[in-house]
Amino acid sequence: MSLLEVKNLKTYFHTRAGTTRAVDDVSFSINKGEIVGVVGESGSGKSVTCHTMLGLLPSPPAKVEGGSVTFDDQNLLHLPLPILRAIRGKRISMIFQDPMSCLNPYLPILEQVVEPILTHEQTSREEAESRAIEMMIKVGIRDAETRARSYPHQFSGGMRQRAMIAMALVTNPDLLLADEPTTALDVTVQARILQILRELRNDLGVAVLFVTHDLGVVADVADRVVVMYRGKVVEQGSVLSIFENPSHPYVKGLLACRPTFETKYRILPTVEDFLHAEEAKDGSLTLRERPNAMERLSNLENKHDPKDFRREPEQTLLEVKDLKVHFTSGSGFSRKTRQTVKAVDGVDLSIAKGKTLGLVGESGCGKTTLGRAILGLVHAHSGIVRYDGAVLQASDMRSYRKRMQIIFQDPYASLNPRLTIEQALTEPLTVHQIGSGSSDRRERVVSLLEEVGLSSAHLLRYPHEFSGGQRQRLCVARALAVEPEFLVCDECVSAMDVSVQAQVLNLLNELQESRNLTYLFISHDLSVVKFVSDEVAVMQAGRIVETNEAEALYRQPKDPYTQKLLDAVPKSDLKELRERQRRN
Amino acid sequence: MPEGPASEFEQGSSLWKDARHRMGQNKFAMGSLCVLGLMILLCFAMAWFCKDPNKVNLVNKFAAPSEEHWFGTDALGRDLFARILYGGQVSILVGLIATAVSVAIGIIYGAISGFIGGKTDAVLMRIVDTLLAIPFLVLVIVLQATLSNFSGEVTQWIVDNWGWDKQFTSRLTNVVPLFFALGLLGWLTLSRIVRAQVLAIKEREFVEAAVALGYSKSRILFRHVIPNVLGPTIVYSTLTVPGFIMYEAILSFLGLGVESPNSSWGVLIKEGANFLETEIQLLLLPGLFFSLTLFSLNFLGDGLRDALDVKASKD
Repeated sequence: MSLLEVKNLKTYFHTRAGTTRAVDDVSFSINKGEIVGVVGESGSGKSVTCHTMLGLLPSPPAKVEGGSVTFDDQNLLHLPLPILRAIRGKRISMIFQDPMSCLNPYLPILEQVVEPILTHEQTSREEAESRAIEMMIKVGIRDAETRARSYPHQFSGGMRQRAMIAMALVTNPDLLLADEPTTALDVTVQARILQILRELRNDLGVAVLFVTHDLGVVADVADRVVVMYRGKVVEQGSVLSIFENPSHPYVKGLLACRPTFETKYRILPTVEDFLHAEEAKDGSLTLRERPNAMERLSNLENKHDPKDFRREPEQTLLEVKDLKVHFTSGSGFSRKTRQTVKAVDGVDLSIAKGKTLGLVGESGCGKTTLGRAILGLVHAHSGIVRYDGAVLQASDMRSYRKRMQIIFQDPYASLNPRLTIEQALTEPLTVHQIGSGSSDRRERVVSLLEEVGLSSAHLLRYPHEFSGGQRQRLCVARALAVEPEFLVCDECVSAMDVSVQAQVLNLLNELQESRNLTYLFISHDLSVVKFVSDEVAVMQAGRIVETNEAEALYRQPKDPYTQKLLDAVPKSDLKELRERQRRN
Repeated sequence: MPEGPASEFEQGSSLWKDARHRMGQNKFAMGSLCVLGLMILLCFAMAWFCKDPNKVNLVNKFAAPSEEHWFGTDALGRDLFARILYGGQVSILVGLIATAVSVAIGIIYGAISGFIGGKTDAVLMRIVDTLLAIPFLVLVIVLQATLSNFSGEVTQWIVDNWGWDKQFTSRLTNVVPLFFALGLLGWLTLSRIVRAQVLAIKEREFVEAAVALGYSKSRILFRHVIPNVLGPTIVYSTLTVPGFIMYEAILSFLGLGVESPNSSWGVLIKEGANFLETEIQLLLLPGLFFSLTLFSLNFLGDGLRDALDVKASKD
C-alpha cells in the first residue's frame, strides 16, 4: 500500500492566450520511507504537480481537470479546506527552492520552526520549543540552542535551508515535498543537505518527493525516479534502471547531453539527436525516437580528438598579475561606516591563445568579480592585466572593448527589452564603425545570426519573444559582432536546462574552432567546466588555490579545497550507482 | 509568450505595442480616455461657440437653466456653461503643462542623479530632500507670487510688441505663472522615482554589456537606460495630472490661483460655495465636470499601470 498515489492527474492553465496542459495525465506513487525523484526541465510540470497535491496553485488560471491524489485513503483534491489545512504542514510538509524568500525575515528562526507545532498540536510552548531545537540539531544546525533566536539574515544559505527542513519536519510528517531544495545552493552545501535528507529518511522514515532538474542530484539521493517532459511522465523506475537502461528517447537524450567528468567528446549530443517531437495543432505532442541515435552517439565519441598541447607553441593572450579588487560598502560622505570586502585578493593567471581557462568556485568566491575586473567593468584596486603583450589601462579601455567581450549568466537581463534584435546587433557595429552603410551592416548581422543558429527571420523581433536558449545565442551574437578574440563567459549556461545547455556549449566550442577564440569560462558547475576547459583554476575566497590542466586537476586534485569540491559533486556514473545498490 | 517558428522577417511586437494591446482590452481605461477626449473637445472646441464668459448681466442673475443659458447664470448674470468650459481650459492646461514641465525636469534630474551616482547623487538628492521638507503649497504660492509680479509688465510688452488682444493676453499672463509654479516644483517625487528605476536598470546586465561593448555614457543613458524607465514614469505622471488640477483648484479656492473674472473650476467652485444654500447648481455643475475629469484621469492611470507592468518584459 503506497503512502501517496497520484493517478491520471491533469492540471491545466486557462489563460487568454489559450490552455496550457501543465500536468497532463500524470500517475506515480510513493511508498513509506521512500525518496522519489521527479526530474524534468523547466516547463515539464514537475513543480505544478507538487503544488497541485496540496492545493497551492492559484485558481484561476490553474484548474485540476481530472485525476486523483490519494493520501491515506483520502483524495486530497476534493478535501474541504479545513481538513486539507490540517494535513498541510502536519502530515505533508513542503520545502521550497529559495530559503532566502521562504523564511519570514522579521521573525527569529525558532519562532518559525515552532509555529507548525503550535498550529497543529496542543502542546505547551516549552515543549514545542524543545522539540524545535531538537529538530534543528538533527538537521545539522550547530549550537541550535543559542542560534535559534537569530534572524534569517544571520544564517547562511545552507543554514537557512536546514532551518526550512527543520520547520518542515518538526511535526513528524509522513511525506516531505521538496521542490528544488538544493538548486540555489553551492555544491558542498548541497552535498550536506542531501546527506541530511537521506539520514532523516533512515531515522524518521519520512518519505520524500524530491523535485529537481538535476539528474545528478536524483541519482545521488533518490530510490526511484519519475521523469517528466512537457506535462507527461515519460519514464519511471529505479535509479539504476533509468541510468543503465533508459527506454524513452527523451530520457536517453537527457542523460547523454549532460556533461559529466567522464565525457570524452568535444561536441555534446543533444536531446534532439534522440527525440523527434511533433506538435499537432491542438497542442498534443507526438514523440518519436530518431533512428540510429545511439550510432550517432558513438560517432561523436569516435570523433574525439585529444587536444594536443604541443601542436603549436603557446602564445599567451591574457596575463593577470596580483590583481586585487576591494569593495567598500557604505557610500556617501561618512567614512565611519565603510567596510572593505576583498572580493579578489591577489590573483595570477594566464590564458593561451585559442584555449579555454575554466574558473570554478562557490558563490561569493570572487570569480565573477575577477572576470569583470579583467574587462575593466569593475575597478581593480591594484595589479596588472596584460593583454596581447600590452598592459591594460583604464584610460584606453575603450579601444580594447572590440577585442574582449563578455557573455552574462542571465540572458533575460542582458538584452535591452526595448530594442529589436536588429537594433541590438547593429549598435556595436555602428559604435565601432564596423562595416560600411546600413545594407552591409544588415548583412553582417544576418550572418552573425546564422552563425549562432538563428535566422534573418528574427531580425525585427524583440528579446522577450525568444526562449532562454535563443536569447543566450543572441548575446553570443552581439558579443561576436565586434569580432573579439577573447570572451569571458560568466556562468553563461548556469540558468539553463541541460538540453539547452548542451546546445550553447556546443555553439561555444564550434565558435572557438572557427574563430580561434580564447575563453575565460566562469562557472560553479565542475562538470561543465571540465567539459569546456583546457585548463582549470579553482578559486576560493578571492584567491586561486590551484591551477592545472583540466584532466589532471580532476584526476589528482592537489589542494584540499579542490578535493572537497570534487567530492561534493553528486555522482551518477553507473559504477557508483551499482555500488550503492549493493550496499543497501 | 507563445513561441512558434518565425516566418520570414516576422514583425516583432515591442513592449509598447503589447502595452497598447493590453490597454485596449481595459474597458475602464478606454472609457476614461473617451470621457477625457470629450472633455477636451468640449472645453477647447465648443468654447469658441459659447457666449462671453465674462459678460456681466446683473438683471439676469441666478437665472434657471434655459435655452439661452444652458446651465443658468451666476451671481453676476454670467453664463455658467461658458464659464465652466473656459474654466476647464485653464484646469486641463494646468494639469498638462505642469505635468509636462515636471516630467521633463524629473526625468533628467533623476536619471542624472541615479546614473552618475556617488557624491553627485548624494548632493542632488539632498536638494530634493530639502525642497520636499518645505510644504508644497507654501512653495508654490511663493513662486507663483514672484512670477506674477512680472505679469503686468509682460502683458504690456506682448500687447505693445506683438499686438495681441489685451484681454486675452492678460488672461494668459494671469494663469501662466501658476502653470510653471506647479510644474517647477512638482518634479520632486518624480525625480526620486526615476532615480530608483535608473538604479535598478543600471544593475541589469544589458547595461553592463553596453559598457563592455564600448558604448559611450550618453548613448547608454539615453538609449538603454531612459527608455526602460519611461513605463513607470508615464504611470506616475498620469496620476500627477489630477494632482495638479486639484492644486490649482485649492489655490484658486483660497483666492491665490486664478483670479476673477478669469474662471477655472477652482474659481467656480469657490464662487458656487458662497450660494450653497440657495443656488446649489452653481457648486454642483462645475464640481461635476471637475470630478468626472479627475475620475477619468485616475482610471486611465490605473489602466496604464496594468498595461505597462514590467513583468511582461520578463517572460
